[in-house]
Amino acid sequence: MSSTTILSDSSASRITRVEELAYELTIAEVMTRNPITLDINASMRDALDVIGKAKISGAPVTRDGKLIGILSVEDLIRSLRDGRIERKVTLYMTQNVITVHEYDQVVEALKIFASTKVGRLPVVDAHNNLIGILTKGDISNGVLKALQNDIEAEELIRYRASHLFEDIVSDRTSLILRYAIKKGDFLHGGAASNRIKKALLRLGASNQIARKCGIAVYEAEMNLIIHTTNGGFLRVEVEHNKIVMEAYDDGPGIPDIEKAMTPGFSTATHEVRNKGFGAGMGLVNINNCVDEMIINSSPEKGTNLHMIIYLDKLSKQG
Amino acid sequence: MDLKTIIENIDLILLTEERDFSCIPVHSAYMSDLLSCVMTGAKPHSVWITLIANINIVAVASLLDISAIIITEDAQPDQETIDRANMEEIVLLSTEASSYTVAGKLWEMGIKEH
Repeated sequence: MSSTTILSDSSASRITRVEELAYELTIAEVMTRNPITLDINASMRDALDVIGKAKISGAPVTRDGKLIGILSVEDLIRSLRDGRIERKVTLYMTQNVITVHEYDQVVEALKIFASTKVGRLPVVDAHNNLIGILTKGDISNGVLKALQNDIEAEELIRYRASHLFEDIVSDRTSLILRYAIKKGDFLHGGAASNRIKKALLRLGASNQIARKCGIAVYEAEMNLIIHTTNGGFLRVEVEHNKIVMEAYDDGPGIPDIEKAMTPGFSTATHEVRNKGFGAGMGLVNINNCVDEMIINSSPEKGTNLHMIIYLDKLSKQG
Repeated sequence: MDLKTIIENIDLILLTEERDFSCIPVHSAYMSDLLSCVMTGAKPHSVWITLIANINIVAVASLLDISAIIITEDAQPDQETIDRANMEEIVLLSTEASSYTVAGKLWEMGIKEH
């Protein structure tokens, strides 16, 4: 076992989950309860029987449940060598036993194992009553169990999120979010896209998907605020395998879509540019975020911007 | 690097509520006054340098999970912007220095990722 090290702030950021668990788990959670014990009046022969039968390498010695010492196989060997197997265990046991408390963190026990030669630590309560025994094996098992619980919890969250989308397809319904966007409402610009992004995260979408949808919808939202005659609507439909986002308005329409798609081309006014808009990158950004983008626009009917992100494709990209 | 170190080193004025800035890590920074460029350029948990002080910067920062906005050239956001930033937990910082100077100082401090 490696020696105990003190964590600095910089190394703390690289701390592993196992190291974290050493601080999170208490000894009570990993120790063996109701351990095999030897009574203070037991002889070394009794101890040989008990320890041999249980195939353990030592046992705590107690009087009325209180810990008074610990006896190891080495102590048994010494008594056999001396030919004093009928003597009491109190003669051979170690009296000044290093103990740990049930509510101590596992890391406290690890420090003791690292700095001493002991192989097992009796666990006592505040009144020195023996309540368990702790070996390095107990710690390994406890940590492995906790790691397994971590994995199961994470799988459950993922399962629930993916299940939601499965439910959607089985019902042949989808989730629709719809927001009315007012012309010139810079004060609330981005509010709808922020809500959409948060809703997607809650539905179990990955950060990457939520971010891409957020950016695409934000650009569309600002277009409705900046360029429309009467504002418009944002509509997001979440299906099991794709997210379909739509922005539509009733005018004035885009005269030249190809030109509007050119990076840097903008029809934004000087006033709007002063607010940080009008980079001429809005549609370009959208196109980069989504898998499919379709614009239909005419002066009579206004503009309909259709954006699709496929979930399967994104999840494959990681 | 954490945000506390940056605030102290560059002498930035805090406009939003006091928080434990030593717990806010900063790995990268981005500088632009065009929101669409920030949309594609700024990384999550970065610091954004700009001289725009209107409420739209909070929406953009929130959408992109930007940790803090450094508003340069002494541009002053209105109370509504500051309130919104507090609500969205975006840190607003202000300085008289130009965006170029702030970027230079962050670079010198070792923040070279954008």
